Amino acid sequence: MADATFLDSTELVLNMGPQHPSTHGVLRVILKLDGEKVLGADCVIGYLHRGVEKIGENRTYQMFAPYVDRMDYVAAVSNGLGYCLAVEKLLNVEAPPRAQAVRVILTELNRIASHLLWLGTHALDIGAMTPVFYCLREREYALNIFEKYCGARLTTHAFRIGGLQYETYDGFEEECRAFCDMFLPRVDEYEELLTGNRIWIDRLRNVGILTIEECKQFGVTGPVLRAAGAKWDLRKAQPYSGYEQYDFEIPTGERGDTYDRYLVRMEEMRQACRIIRQAVDKLPPGPIMGKVPKVIKPPVGEAYVSIEAPKGELGYFIVSDGSTQPYRLRVRPPSFVNLQALDRMCRGGLVADVVAIIGTLDIVLGEIDR
Amino acid sequence: MKSLMADETKPSEGQPPQPPTPPAKPAAKPGAKPAAPKPPAVMVTTPWEDELTRAVKERFGDGIVESVSYVGQNFWVVTPETAIPLLDYLKQEADFDYLVDITAVHYPKREKAFDLVYVVYSFARNQRVRIKTQIRDGDEPPTAVPVHPTANWLEREVYDMFGIRFAGHPDLRRILMPDEWEGYPLRKEYGIVQQDNRWVRENLEIESAQ
Repeated sequence: MADATFLDSTELVLNMGPQHPSTHGVLRVILKLDGEKVLGADCVIGYLHRGVEKIGENRTYQMFAPYVDRMDYVAAVSNGLGYCLAVEKLLNVEAPPRAQAVRVILTELNRIASHLLWLGTHALDIGAMTPVFYCLREREYALNIFEKYCGARLTTHAFRIGGLQYETYDGFEEECRAFCDMFLPRVDEYEELLTGNRIWIDRLRNVGILTIEECKQFGVTGPVLRAAGAKWDLRKAQPYSGYEQYDFEIPTGERGDTYDRYLVRMEEMRQACRIIRQAVDKLPPGPIMGKVPKVIKPPVGEAYVSIEAPKGELGYFIVSDGSTQPYRLRVRPPSFVNLQALDRMCRGGLVADVVAIIGTLDIVLGEIDR
Repeated sequence: MKSLMADETKPSEGQPPQPPTPPAKPAAKPGAKPAAPKPPAVMVTTPWEDELTRAVKERFGDGIVESVSYVGQNFWVVTPETAIPLLDYLKQEADFDYLVDITAVHYPKREKAFDLVYVVYSFARNQRVRIKTQIRDGDEPPTAVPVHPTANWLEREVYDMFGIRFAGHPDLRRILMPDEWEGYPLRKEYGIVQQDNRWVRENLEIESAQ
């Protein structure tokens, strides 16, 4: 940001964060304002930088697996899935069908949990107090399933390289089905609260528009890209972990504004339920661990593997030198890349809309800063 | 096992050096299974031949050093001056309109100490390729921002972590580390518990963060 801005009498520089409740973590945004109008937004990030990629180079492949949960801690299961798939790609092994199906169930449950937290906090930012209580109530059911499955609720470390460590518990299928039965009417309930609500529409319609072209320029993926109208989802485009067996739709928006992004995520929760139901119904018997050596030493080589995390494309680029530790481990986090579009989305809007736009990007600072 | 890749020694995490490995076990008993063949110490790639790579080779000639694939993933190794024109060509002519990632890999023992890696994806083709190029420490590769605006933060991160300066970048500052921090954490000589003591002392007012 140019130092000269202070000299210009019409411009005001406003510092938002890093301690600000609606930045969803420790994000600092330096806003350049002309009255209520935003002329530019400069993000200052790194407050939560822990050097995950450096740690990855100094841990064995198995030892590093729990670390990935600490990046996007709202969707830890997705992080773990991406990491396991990347190492499995280097090892040239595949998880057995049962493990893949359980992975899909837990990942989709986590997608719902992540979207619920987004919906609750986003609505809270806009000024709707009620949804957050409802959302956290339902998220609790999903977290309980994680807890019963692997003992942890947030940073689950649910998957292992090559498959799963734990067999599902008794009643797992029934609980997942009961969750879907309970949850689908609840989504309608949230929509009754918000979708037709006049304040909600006024605050969200035509706010923070991002077209398909702009999304591609900025590398923006996930629900933000789909709300702009692109029917693109890695689960369909390049299926992994058996997603090709399941029948589901990719919801898209038309205008690419904050309201469309809200609708897309609501529909994604319904589709996630659909996937969970199919996966539970078809859950095959069999082993849960593939043929993976005790000491994981992938051959010399490199691979980039990415999955559709709740926030967008989550990629792992791993370079192996044939030893037990990755030579280089790069994480391509969706939030980091999506946040770069904040400046474009805020520009020309009102300062109050910045809060709505940060909310709609659905960022997690743990993943941005790593 | 000693591999042929330029440098495998990992930083020893600040611990004393490990004792040398114990001598080899006594000869295997007769009848024991022979040891499994050692895995190769270089990346075993297969050539990548299709229309796209033919067109690219025709356009860039010697700029394309290799076009190979590994575990089903295609990549080109190109000369440093070819990388950005190739990104531009792919975007304009072949629909590779989404720059997924830019990153680097450090090989301190190699003369060209860094691999720069670009990952691009085409929505129309549903295809992902990587572009790799080798640069020396201190080289200033041209920025990709004019082709893909998303390169802005990605290159800032590469600069922050590896100290690679991109020529022509509009706003090359550190992005994750503090602005005054000295050292580039993802270089191999940077230890995992290493820190900028001066910065820690001046900004946190403590002797050490460990």
